[in-house]
Amino acid sequence: MPEIRNFTLNFGPAHPAAHGVLRLVLEMDGETIVRADPHIGLLHRGTEKLAESKPYNQSIGYMDRLDYVSMMCNEHGYVLAIEKLLGITPPERALYIRTMFDEITRILNHLLWIGAHALDVGAMTMFLYAFREREDLMDAYEAVSGARLHATYYRPGGVYRDLPDVMPQFLPNRFRTEAEAKRLNANRGGSLLDFLEDFTNRFPGYVDEYETLLTDNRIWKQRLVGIGVVSPERALQLGFSGAMLRGSGVEWDLRKKQPYAAYDKMDFDIPVGVQGDSYDRYLVRVEEMRQSNRIIQQCIQWLRVNPGAVMLEDSKVAPPKRGEMKQDMEALIQHFKLMTEGYCLPEGEAYAAVEHPKGEFGCYIVSDGANKPYRLKVRAPGFAHLSALDEMTKGHMLADVVAIIGTQDIVFGEVDR
Amino acid sequence: MAVSLEFIKDYLQEELGDKLSSAVLAVGELTLDVPASQWLEVCRFLRHDDMLDCAQLTDLCGVDYLTYGDAEWDVTTASRSGFSRAVQAGEADPFDFGEQDGESAFAGKRFAVVIHLLSVSRNIRIRVRTRCDDNDFPVIPSLVEVWSSANWYEREAFDLFGIMFAGHPDLRRILTDYGFVGHPFRKDFPLIGHVEMRYDAAQKRVIYEPVSIEARILVPRTIRADQHFFPAVERED
Repeated sequence: MPEIRNFTLNFGPAHPAAHGVLRLVLEMDGETIVRADPHIGLLHRGTEKLAESKPYNQSIGYMDRLDYVSMMCNEHGYVLAIEKLLGITPPERALYIRTMFDEITRILNHLLWIGAHALDVGAMTMFLYAFREREDLMDAYEAVSGARLHATYYRPGGVYRDLPDVMPQFLPNRFRTEAEAKRLNANRGGSLLDFLEDFTNRFPGYVDEYETLLTDNRIWKQRLVGIGVVSPERALQLGFSGAMLRGSGVEWDLRKKQPYAAYDKMDFDIPVGVQGDSYDRYLVRVEEMRQSNRIIQQCIQWLRVNPGAVMLEDSKVAPPKRGEMKQDMEALIQHFKLMTEGYCLPEGEAYAAVEHPKGEFGCYIVSDGANKPYRLKVRAPGFAHLSALDEMTKGHMLADVVAIIGTQDIVFGEVDR
Repeated sequence: MAVSLEFIKDYLQEELGDKLSSAVLAVGELTLDVPASQWLEVCRFLRHDDMLDCAQLTDLCGVDYLTYGDAEWDVTTASRSGFSRAVQAGEADPFDFGEQDGESAFAGKRFAVVIHLLSVSRNIRIRVRTRCDDNDFPVIPSLVEVWSSANWYEREAFDLFGIMFAGHPDLRRILTDYGFVGHPFRKDFPLIGHVEMRYDAAQKRVIYEPVSIEARILVPRTIRADQHFFPAVERED
């Protein structure tokens, strides 16, 4: 008799289905997983340590780069923690803008997730569909902040600037004809809010398209139903949050339970799964896209009729107006101090969490009264989810590992930090 | 059912008594300080108590209090020649820590472990902190048996701060490179690191060398007493 033993399979770190730089050491019994040992940290940039060496405002940009598919939600968690310690509340309009962009971000994230997840499982079309819609939303990012991904738009005390009245236009060039440019500009005639309203009217139809492709698709269901089942008790025990927790049937959403920004004034529903398998998590996320769409519509209605300030007029946290600076010595000094030294937070500590598209994104700031955080800890949802990979994949087949990584919605920017 | 944090604070002080060093309510958050000897017991209580039902460990992190309250720029006093210059040579050089007797100058307990607990049924968050007794070899009991999610968080705290978690099933490094030396989030570990790597064409492999860049401080760390925002935070004067 030859000796029969398990063999070890190295998966990644540069595998297309590994969602970045995940290295998995899989102990296999035939094609069944006995143990999965994720090796992470290949994208570790020491964000928290870097933040300790910079004034508070200069680290907002690092937050975008944590979970680089839901940028503004990361910023939101960070600025909320600062605001909590400072004891300031942004103007109401800024809260609505944040709510709207949080939901835009949620759709952006879920679109990437559904595209990548379906691609992993074998459906190519989804990826192309999802990126078609992401384009519009990234244009909204660009219109408001100038950047399509790393916006640095939220600031302690509000948001960087008000929503633009005109959308940037496409110009004809060597690669784009006049007619093509005209077609692309068709829904960009008005303000950003008009553009977004047009999007929210179209988007439910797009989600229907995704659902026709996937929800009752035989292959999709074969790959997802009953895969990676997590009971509600285990989900809590393993530190799950967001759609991973709701997919297991725990009704928990920070937007409802611990409302921040303008969520307490929004009308939306929280989808909850029943079985706790990958298919339920898929259904939860698809429904979340529809609910996000509803929230965006409500924000647009409010923002249209309620103009106002989007940033606190407190020169300790907000830079003075450009015009003021050219006339007023004090304003120039305030600007200089804010841009160089920044502001000091009172001594103390604060933890602020937001319902990030992937789960609970929290920032824990320890301040010793200085202009830089003494310690910043970023609580990334993906870290807790990935730590449960071993438990979720145990007993499944090798191909299911890919489906489970997909359902966890892992992004290494936030896992490795 | 939602309960107020004041109530929870009184309840905990009654139930745990002298197992708590302190319970502080600030900026709407409850922070418990626990001696290291009571760490596991208090955590078990918070997890299993019906009143609190902290089913989830949201976060666990290490904190190094070595330079807490140190500023690189003294902004409170002025001499006859004016205010002090921002970064004094030799004072804030990150390489100086530890090698001189920086560690012995620090009297208190340096390493802390902070956990954030969430009770889904009560909708409350509690923060619990403990300080490790030994600065040279910080050890604390592991919480893996209480909350499974502590597993990777403790590996992370071990990796970044060198805090040992007694009873952890698999205390390996998690975020840093294979073969990494040191614990990078300690305050005496320089921001620029100790080594840099590059591919050496002659040896045909990746080699490690001492860092070639110089540590700089772009914006000095200042602590200003004339706090604009002080009234917002409850202070225990």
